[in-house]
Amino acid sequence: MSLEILEANGLATIQDAGRFGWRKFGVPVSGPMDWFAFRAANLLAGNHPTAAALEIGLGSMTLRALHNCVIAVAGAGFALSIYIWEFPLWSSYYVRGGWTIHLDKLDSGMWAYLAVSGGVQTPPTLGSVSTYLRGPLGGFDGRSLRAGDVLQAGIPSRPLTDLAAQSLPLEAQPAYSDSSTLDVIMGPQEKYFADESIAKFISHEYTLSATSDRMGYRLEGAALTPLGKTELLSEGMTMGAIQVPSSGQPLVMMADCPTTGGYPKIGTVASADLPLLAQGMPGRSKIRFRKTTVAKAQRKYREMMGRLERIVEE
Amino acid sequence: MMRPASRITPLGDSAALVQLGSDINLSVHRRIHTLANLIEVSPMDGIIETVPGYATLLIHYDPLTVSFARVRDFLREKLLQAEETLSRKPRQIEVPVRYGGEEGGDLESAARHLRLQVEEVIRLHRQKIYTVFMMGFTPGFPYMGKLDDALVMPRLAMPRPRVRAGTVAIAGWQTGIYPLDSPGGWHLIGWTPLTLFDPRSDSPFLFAPGDEVKFIEEK
Repeated sequence: MSLEILEANGLATIQDAGRFGWRKFGVPVSGPMDWFAFRAANLLAGNHPTAAALEIGLGSMTLRALHNCVIAVAGAGFALSIYIWEFPLWSSYYVRGGWTIHLDKLDSGMWAYLAVSGGVQTPPTLGSVSTYLRGPLGGFDGRSLRAGDVLQAGIPSRPLTDLAAQSLPLEAQPAYSDSSTLDVIMGPQEKYFADESIAKFISHEYTLSATSDRMGYRLEGAALTPLGKTELLSEGMTMGAIQVPSSGQPLVMMADCPTTGGYPKIGTVASADLPLLAQGMPGRSKIRFRKTTVAKAQRKYREMMGRLERIVEE
Repeated sequence: MMRPASRITPLGDSAALVQLGSDINLSVHRRIHTLANLIEVSPMDGIIETVPGYATLLIHYDPLTVSFARVRDFLREKLLQAEETLSRKPRQIEVPVRYGGEEGGDLESAARHLRLQVEEVIRLHRQKIYTVFMMGFTPGFPYMGKLDDALVMPRLAMPRPRVRAGTVAIAGWQTGIYPLDSPGGWHLIGWTPLTLFDPRSDSPFLFAPGDEVKFIEEK
């Protein structure tokens, strides 16, 4: 089973859960920007939640099924049509060989995940097929997909007719919005900032900068001035970590972020809220932060994971 | 013996940062390395991987499997164990370097800046055995130190858009080698034919944190 790319106007990459185990050598994890939508798309298509899928961002895309298959699309920012019909995201569909699948970019939301039953099959690099554009590593020679590329799918877990028409109800989906409040675990370098900077960080609204990408989302708003030193000895960091460079404008690390960094981190976005941040529109979306604790953030993450079990057959 | 200070803090909901010092020195580095090795040989369920920094070790874990409190308890136990464990003898790697030339185009300007003869810069650079303190920036980039005091100078004001893979460079009290063609803000002083990163190889990286490196001049 396979899918051919007819047109790709944005950034379309293959991602699995990420490239783990190599961060001490400086290899970024990569993987999906929106872990929830990525897992949902796979589960809807009857795959393991971390199977390789297509991450589509920035522009529209058209594919053609070369064989009968089941696909599922989840995420935000795209309208889905198959053959001549429009369909909602967060569901799985039976697609006949020869039909086209079109994802049209909307002006709200950023990333959609297209999973095909059986998962995208491509050889792993360092144990993962996740695409890291700057490497370049994984996916199709580490690059964005383009017209003519053919994605091979594996063997579906069940007969195709059993896999189609699954969907995740609206109330289980993340509450994507152009104005999100994100939970943040403060530190480890909270002490590098004056109390008034911390207060600004929590009370002010930030705008997602237009220069954001898979590596990091820049925020524009109240500047956070470090008390003394503006750099620290390089240390490990993670997706969601909020670095504050000397400009005082926070920079949130995203999927392709470097493994280490030398700017103070005022806090880290809770895993459960990363999808809300990821789906923000550069240049437009508003972001606010709210303090949380590690224990609360972990509970919320488990609760979000649990929502993926609410897939129903239509 | 006094127990060296350490601090364990959360970095978000899925990582824990162990701080073992606040400056760059070999004894802190060895403790980080010993701790990382102890975790690697007897890992706890839910720990994904560790990443050494200059004075820290970051532990990435899966919050669906373990809580921060359990990771912290585990790390405290390993820290105690680390004090009673001799650090493993580091692996030593020899790196042939052609100093100067097309890739090492900053050698002469660096010598002028340092008020040294070019030959003296080369001699000071190759005479020391360096430690790979950490890796980062791009896959396979080793942050090595410490340079001789006479070679310490700030990085370039404007990073270059492209530095060739294999280029040996210095900045601050550090020396490094670019594993891939990439931008770079360090002073370029030479080039090695060694491959630092080959994703298709069974051992994809030439270096690992903790290694010792000696540069051998090739004319």
